Amino acid sequence: MALDDLYREVIMDHYKRPRNRGMLKCAEVVVEGANPLCGDDVTLWLEIDDETVTKVRFAGHGCSISQASASIMTEAIEGRSLEEIDEIVQALRGMMLEGEQPNEELLGDGIALEGVRQFPVRIKCAVLGWNTLSLGLRQFAESGGKPVEAHHRE
Amino acid sequence: MSTSIRGAATPAARTAPLDAAALRRDFPILAQEVRGKPLVYLDNAATSQKPRVVIDALREYYETTNANIHRGIHDLSEKSTAAYEDARVRVAGFINAARPHEVIFTRGTTDGINMLARAWGDANVTSGNEILLTEVEHHSNLVPWQELAKRRDARLRFIPTDPAGVIDLDAFAGMLGPQTKLVAVHHVSNVLGVIAPVAAMARLAHEHGAVIAIDGAQSAPHMPVDVQALDVDFLTFSGHKMAGPTGIGVLYGKEHLLEAMEPAHFGGSMIRAVELESSTWADLPYKFEGGTPNIAGAIGLGVAVDYLDGIGMDAIDAHARQLGAYAVNVLSDMPGVTVHGPDADGERGGVVSFTVEDLHPHDVGTVLDGEGVAIRAGHHCAQPLMRKLGVHATARASVYLYNTTDEIDCLVESVVKAQRFFGTV
Repeated sequence: MALDDLYREVIMDHYKRPRNRGMLKCAEVVVEGANPLCGDDVTLWLEIDDETVTKVRFAGHGCSISQASASIMTEAIEGRSLEEIDEIVQALRGMMLEGEQPNEELLGDGIALEGVRQFPVRIKCAVLGWNTLSLGLRQFAESGGKPVEAHHRE
Repeated sequence: MSTSIRGAATPAARTAPLDAAALRRDFPILAQEVRGKPLVYLDNAATSQKPRVVIDALREYYETTNANIHRGIHDLSEKSTAAYEDARVRVAGFINAARPHEVIFTRGTTDGINMLARAWGDANVTSGNEILLTEVEHHSNLVPWQELAKRRDARLRFIPTDPAGVIDLDAFAGMLGPQTKLVAVHHVSNVLGVIAPVAAMARLAHEHGAVIAIDGAQSAPHMPVDVQALDVDFLTFSGHKMAGPTGIGVLYGKEHLLEAMEPAHFGGSMIRAVELESSTWADLPYKFEGGTPNIAGAIGLGVAVDYLDGIGMDAIDAHARQLGAYAVNVLSDMPGVTVHGPDADGERGGVVSFTVEDLHPHDVGTVLDGEGVAIRAGHHCAQPLMRKLGVHATARASVYLYNTTDEIDCLVESVVKAQRFFGTV
């Protein structure tokens, strides 16, 4: 086990210089996710237009893995269609939970999270933002495209 | 097995400082390396390690004595019953209970508190009554009382504590009244390490006719706990935090209170006579021990308390306080590190929670783990206390009789490494 596998340079970079941090006033989806066991939380704001996430912002606090992963996620999904995002989330889950090969095309910097697999107790930190996104988009679909506010608990 | 209760240790042995480096050799697990580094086990508030005598006792029981208790008419059952009841006598001696049948074996502290909330609470707490707690409590000494209050339309009130978790005794005295049915507080906080003034609280509670129940999960392992001297009505603790096995714990209660209580679990072993429509209960302690108990666990706990008594609880207490104070001092001196709980010279034991500026406790824990240093990181089953402290989580180092100052130094070096790794200093 090497710490550098967990805290890869890309992850440390996203932790120290998070992308898309902030909030949106006119978001179609506001979803808050939390892992009460470790106190990590992530809130996402998504602007969705014509089945595409046109803008995404996040806020939250917690360990480096949870916050870096959320930052990576926002970069991976901004400007993508809901269908593409579904594929991206599947690829991330497959890599983290099913041992699938990292798919750089879909995940971008997200492939750096592969190293977290060696630290089973930290996998929950890595998937928090992604599970939060899934829940928000699912509720958005169920609402028939009306704005939603949702809460996810790990 | 010896049948001595207390007093295995001479007074001289009790007051002499313990030799942690020598005692370590009694604990096989401590000899290993973790992640290529010698194991520095500082997660004792979660669970302690087990000495070889306890591990051997479990194996010996299963290899030579295993049989169900209190019902067999064969040799093994008699031996098993004798060993189980002998363990009760030893544990009763360990906490200086007036009678062995005041010791009820449970699955652990959580189980004991839940039994108490059901068996004592449902019968004694009624609408408008108050239960006094603190915000420092572990969830297991909070949630069962929340549920009781809901069932019985009673009210929880929280005794003021200062930021270090020190109970305001004057405020406590002012809260007591005819409506107060129960005071349920920790003896030693599992987060802050602060030691509650239990004897004084018991006296005040009794002056107002209230019952006091103590969560002893973090005290029974580390300090002499004399239920008669403290004059507490109930005490709960867990075997696994005091060198004993998991799945065994104790609910101590004063005889007259236990006698008046209905059982919490119904079934085999706890009955006197069973008719089709109703039944009568066995005597103490059996009416509270329905079903086949954790026989091996109880025997293991009996051996564990003998082991602790052999070292001397005063010496174990002094060691925990000294190491705790040392850790508080060295961690407080570090840039960016905040220690929660009393100062080094305050009323505190060997549980030390801290936060590191700009570093999440999980990241601290992971870096420490890479150095072979095992600590706990999280909310420690005390979410209300985390909110009171204004943190989401803390890192927590907690010592036992086998830890050394060298290991605390190793903890500090590893925290420095974490700070360097994340570039926060």
